[in-house]
Amino acid sequence: MKQVYCRPESLKDNANSYCPGCGHGIVHRLVAEIIDELGVREKTVGIAPVGCAVFAYDYWNFDVTEAPHGRPPAVACAIKRILPDRVVFTYQGDGDLASIGTNEIIHSANRSDNITVIFINNANYGMTGGQMAPTTLPGMKTTTTQDGRDVKVSGYPVRVCELLATLEGTRYLERVMVTDPANINKTKRAIEKAFRVQLDGKGFSLVEVLSPCPVNWGKSPLDGLKFVKEEMTKYFKLGVIKDETV
Amino acid sequence: MKNSKQLMKGNEAIAEAAILAGCRFYAGYPITPQNQIPEYMSWRMPEAGGSFIQAESELAAINMVLGASVAGARAMTSSSSPGISLKQEGISYMAGMELPALIVNMQRGGPGLGNIQGSQADYFQSVKGGGHGDYRLITLSPSTVQEAADLTAEAFYLADKYRSPALLLSDGILGQMIEPVEFFENKFLELPPKDYILDGCKGRKPRSLFSLMMGPGVLEKHNFKLAAKYAKIEAEVRKFEKYKLEDADVLIIANGIIGRISKGAANILRKDGVKCGVFRPITLWPFPYAEIKAAAAKAKKVLVVEQNMGQMVEDVRLALLDDSKVSFLGRPGGGCPFPEEIADKVREIIK
Repeated sequence: MKQVYCRPESLKDNANSYCPGCGHGIVHRLVAEIIDELGVREKTVGIAPVGCAVFAYDYWNFDVTEAPHGRPPAVACAIKRILPDRVVFTYQGDGDLASIGTNEIIHSANRSDNITVIFINNANYGMTGGQMAPTTLPGMKTTTTQDGRDVKVSGYPVRVCELLATLEGTRYLERVMVTDPANINKTKRAIEKAFRVQLDGKGFSLVEVLSPCPVNWGKSPLDGLKFVKEEMTKYFKLGVIKDETV
Repeated sequence: MKNSKQLMKGNEAIAEAAILAGCRFYAGYPITPQNQIPEYMSWRMPEAGGSFIQAESELAAINMVLGASVAGARAMTSSSSPGISLKQEGISYMAGMELPALIVNMQRGGPGLGNIQGSQADYFQSVKGGGHGDYRLITLSPSTVQEAADLTAEAFYLADKYRSPALLLSDGILGQMIEPVEFFENKFLELPPKDYILDGCKGRKPRSLFSLMMGPGVLEKHNFKLAAKYAKIEAEVRKFEKYKLEDADVLIIANGIIGRISKGAANILRKDGVKCGVFRPITLWPFPYAEIKAAAAKAKKVLVVEQNMGQMVEDVRLALLDDSKVSFLGRPGGGCPFPEEIADKVREIIK
């Protein structure tokens, strides 16, 4: 009988530590599928963040290193310079990439490091229990904005793709979401394209994935998906933000 | 460049020695008084086939070094005191992940922005754990440009041998000083291939490198393993210089450039009939406690001289467990004693 669906070779047969309704598991699988499809599993080095995805090395079946909080782009930059024919990518959350690691991501993008960045935006610090992230929406309740994010106190959500788009070094930036099969497929195609940009030696690529975090949001998994679709996309517009690969 | 004596600044000699030791990755950020290291590396590293990156920050630089070490390269960064404070994050992670690398600190006065004169104020930061967590850092202190070059090569060897970051702890004086230096062929034993690096899992099982260990007892076990490694380093790596110690009634203990100046003081005192010798620790961690205890056994007085207000002197007191013998002369904030000042202090304590 022809096998039509199976666990990607790039994904270990381990139970993950993610909460019900979390988007990380979906994105982990998509990355694994693309690495399999591109045939690069044995030449891939992934960099895990500090945050919910810190245990990525337990889930992906290829070489993965941890990096200090926010520093994956600096770590990736060096690995790629030492091993230019390997596929090097970072997987980072919004606290890691858009707050403590803002400097590293901006300068990695600006150098056009030939790496791929998978950026998970779930509008809060998941692992530490749901504090305000740089991407938390105005008015959104978190454990450190208990009456809702007040932009007069905490400023505005950071739009990472739009910020990076102003830099000469960025080649491909797209924002997607993992809320339903059609959008999951779109996410998969965006991740594929981002890796292809690197394989073609074109430079810095980043995919921002709007991803549900229902447990910390105090919502059911279904309401979490609805929040991504109806609220997050109002502020974080979906689509290709920049494509200089054609 | 090899096997020919030439005049070089300490900073440049360290950079060239690193290249000759096989260093193929450098990342750094400008800060005085060590700028000749990144400047030299910016042209020399590409010439040697390696990568040079002027990083956006000290944090990025140390984490680039971490990444280069993950990928298997001999890697280094350099800075001066305020920048080294910022690098402590990466040093702690590399200690936890057991990644080798060389960090060079050409110390300047502190705390805070301080000044740009030579200093030894970062002794505690270097040998007592500047970053968080239960780790040790191999720390080497040179007193001449030649020794700075030699110890640079040795630091890479020790870092790889023990899978640990290593620190060359020098200062702005030695960094800017021009002296003759000769570069020698690698005299260290061949090390086994690195079986932990991440370069793609072709032909082997995937590997991972990390310092987060959440399972019950896992981190405790890892810390015991690190402690066993540190005990091995303490047993195997202790370097020091003894100068005119055999008949010494007075012992000066000082490291780095101050150790060298102290030898001048000992010579002045000996002309006056004072039997003075110098013990100069070269490894600050591991600290030569037993050797200092033995060297001081016959001496009536011990003077510790430092360019700070008393840091290494605490380790000397630990070594001797006899405070009555120990005096201290400190010049903080970039102050630097002449040999005569040290000699005067010796005359005062033996009165």
